[in-house]
Amino acid sequence: MIVVRKLVKRFGLKAVLRGLDFNVEAGEFVALLGPNGAGKTTFLRILATLSRATLGEVSIAGFALPAQAAAVRRRLGVVTHLPLLYGDLTAEENLRFYGRLYGLDSLNKKVAEVLKLVGLFERRFDLVRTFSRGMQQRLAIGRAVLHDPEVILFDEPHTGLDQEACAMLDNVLREVAARGRTVVMTSHDLMRVSELASRFDVLSNGVIVASVKREQLQPDQLLAFYRQAVQQDSSSNPIHLAQEENQLR
Amino acid sequence: MTFLRATLAVITKDLAGELRSRELLSAMLVFAVTVILIFNFALELDVKTRGTVTAGVLWVTFAFAGSLGLNRSMAIEKDRGCMDGLLLAPVDRSAIYFGKMIGNLLFMLLVEAIVLPLYSILYNINLFQGGFLGVVFLGSLGYVSVGTLLATMTIQTRTRDVLLPILLFPLAIPVIIAAVKASMGYLQGLEAESIRPWLNLLLVYDTVFIAIAFMVFDFVVEE
Repeated sequence: MIVVRKLVKRFGLKAVLRGLDFNVEAGEFVALLGPNGAGKTTFLRILATLSRATLGEVSIAGFALPAQAAAVRRRLGVVTHLPLLYGDLTAEENLRFYGRLYGLDSLNKKVAEVLKLVGLFERRFDLVRTFSRGMQQRLAIGRAVLHDPEVILFDEPHTGLDQEACAMLDNVLREVAARGRTVVMTSHDLMRVSELASRFDVLSNGVIVASVKREQLQPDQLLAFYRQAVQQDSSSNPIHLAQEENQLR
Repeated sequence: MTFLRATLAVITKDLAGELRSRELLSAMLVFAVTVILIFNFALELDVKTRGTVTAGVLWVTFAFAGSLGLNRSMAIEKDRGCMDGLLLAPVDRSAIYFGKMIGNLLFMLLVEAIVLPLYSILYNINLFQGGFLGVVFLGSLGYVSVGTLLATMTIQTRTRDVLLPILLFPLAIPVIIAAVKASMGYLQGLEAESIRPWLNLLLVYDTVFIAIAFMVFDFVVEE
């Protein structure tokens, strides 16, 4: 479903991605882990067609980037730590607006379905700026799945959410994954991704340094796997590793 | 059809959002009315002089009020990462430009529709002439077409509030000069022959900058 070969991304002289290879099969839920500055967000922005690679090949659902970007965007849903929603529009108006941009038919029915999926149907006439951060993030997932994409990219969706909001978000993520969609999610929260993902890839210094499937790993082994992968790279931040260890405990 | 639908969706969204918040229109309107009042008291013009300065006063007011509106219009897209949401849609990205540009034009025309009668009353001058109103439209179109493109670029920077006027005003000089000259021609009742070169310049400027924006918007919005 996603094929990436020798991907390089440079900002000026600084190379953020350095010949990255990455494959995802249809229906997989891949957690992309890595320290700050490893290139996770840059990589996801390239997959999302929001940024261009300097070198390398990327194809999603058989369509090459950047040549067939519009076809890729039609099959892609993206959730970032920002909701990409308009505060002065209601939840329903936001979804209807994005639905029109995607040229969706039966928009009323689809908007109602998605609002029910993310648990915001009762609040559909409320302005988004009155929503809590967790509610906005749930609506952001609704926006991302409105056009029923084959691939969904999540860039640290739990950022800034309290425990209750994270738990509700996880339920929505499970629901989305249960529909057989291909998911790639970056996160620093090892505990959460250990319960959600079917595969764990570690990105460090612009390349994938390790990859393991969920069935090959006990949940309590994920931190050790992550530490081992990242410690191969001497530039990784030990403070960050300690923080993630605390989260897992 | 997809292009048109996406353009309409962006326009409708901007109008619906502004109808609710009124942040953009109120800022533009308060600024424009204040400037007109300041000029009214500062200049204390006689009837003859009014005819020569009216066009300049009006276009300076429209240009500054317009830059306020352009900044706010793009700030809405930057807020909560909405520009990324637009760019993720499977539509020709120039449809997003046209949607934003037409929305900005509507806001600017609305402010002008309120400011012109007010100016007419304060300065006791008849501004409701077909030719003059046509110049107001063409001048606003040119200003907004280049302004929307530049606002999309500057919105990515930290100094966007300062940077937009610095980039916009030099590029908008031809459209402002042409609009002032053509407006003055109509208000002073000059013959069509002497106004036509300025109208032609306005038309060429509008066409060229809309075409440039259509071609480069995709590159402008990418990192």
